[in-house]
Amino acid sequence: MTPKALRRWSWIHKWSSVICTLFMLMLCVTGLPLIFHDEIDGLLHEEVKAAVVPEGTPPANLDRVVVSALAAMPGQVAHFLIWDRDDPNAMLVSVGKTIDANPADNRIVRVDAHTAAFLDAPDVTGRFTYIMLKLHSDMFAGLPGKLFLGLMGILFCAAVISGVVVYAPSMRKKRFGAYRNDRPRVVRWLDLHNLAGILLVMWTLVVGFTGVINTWADLVLKMWQFGQLAEMTAQYRDRAPPAHPTSVQAAADVAAKATPGMLPSFIAFPGTIFSSKSHYAVFMRGDTPVTSRLLKPALIDAETGKLTDSRDMPWYVTALFISQPLHFGDYGGMPLKIIWALLDILTIIVLGTGVYLWLRRRKPGESAARNLANAAARQAALTS
Amino acid sequence: MTMIQLRRRKTLWQIFRWPAVVAILSTVGLLSALLGDGIWDGLSWILLAIPVALYGVFLGRSG
Repeated sequence: MTPKALRRWSWIHKWSSVICTLFMLMLCVTGLPLIFHDEIDGLLHEEVKAAVVPEGTPPANLDRVVVSALAAMPGQVAHFLIWDRDDPNAMLVSVGKTIDANPADNRIVRVDAHTAAFLDAPDVTGRFTYIMLKLHSDMFAGLPGKLFLGLMGILFCAAVISGVVVYAPSMRKKRFGAYRNDRPRVVRWLDLHNLAGILLVMWTLVVGFTGVINTWADLVLKMWQFGQLAEMTAQYRDRAPPAHPTSVQAAADVAAKATPGMLPSFIAFPGTIFSSKSHYAVFMRGDTPVTSRLLKPALIDAETGKLTDSRDMPWYVTALFISQPLHFGDYGGMPLKIIWALLDILTIIVLGTGVYLWLRRRKPGESAARNLANAAARQAALTS
Repeated sequence: MTMIQLRRRKTLWQIFRWPAVVAILSTVGLLSALLGDGIWDGLSWILLAIPVALYGVFLGRSG
């Protein structure tokens, strides 16, 4: 590589890092507890347990589940009916003030999946994990906050890639994994930075970029609404919303018949962001680690109870679905979560040592490069 | 390490071959738990633990 090209890559590495590092440090620190959010919530908050029933006990009628949830939350309407992935004995009903209220403000009501008894509807907004999640996903600043963090994520990816390029010249005379612990701190921390950085390249790129994709989730949903969903429900555009919606249970049954071999994930009620104003959208999923992330909607006419259409999601929604587990690290049990946490801590080390190296560089009258040169000269004098 | 070895500059291949191996193993580790359960999860744990373990080994070895 020519000295000019190297200078250019160093410039990219320096400035992409300088701009994103503080935000990346915040993301890594808030992301750490989020890896274990289920465990932390379980530890900090009491939860009414659903009845444990013998295997084969039939599930409660879904209409009863919804009625039971709404009875506990007077004045609210059901947006989504969700099968709890982690607890087959519980159903979740997401309720809002009106059908077009922002679902980000919804309350989740837990209902026993077999008896349809109301369990609880905790206000999660004061929880530690909720605050971490809001900081991590949009810094309490809504969509602009999300998109801003996405931009920081793109800069982070640029920093990782340019970091790989500038890694080469600094390793010309060193073996892989060199850590010179007998040298001044600036040299030791440069080694720590280079070593963790190069070992984590793939993980940081994947977690960084899938994080960026997640910041686009709202836009992806809008694209789907105005694209495929609008197309599937075109003939309903001018119809009034159903005055007496058909049974939710019947809609789920029709959807299950239309998508053999798939399991229900959630049902979006007519008029919510995941459906048209005339349909129940029953989202079905597969049963392997990958296919369980891929949702396929079956649209059920809420006036007639008949299937209108069922299609696979377009590629950009699939990309979002696949990117989620790769960002969260929640797809390989507790050992994977622990490894995710360790890799996150190593990323914090890369960021922290990076800041230190940059600050050293900025000291007037001496540069880290010159320090290195001086140190090398001293070493050469000693060894020759 | 003698001065003669120090002066010899490593090629790009020599610099990047081990990082490339780690990156490829990480990629397989990231994907395997996504594609299957059981043994695939186990493979993922082992492969993704490699960067963490190497960091510890190199720091412990040092010098």
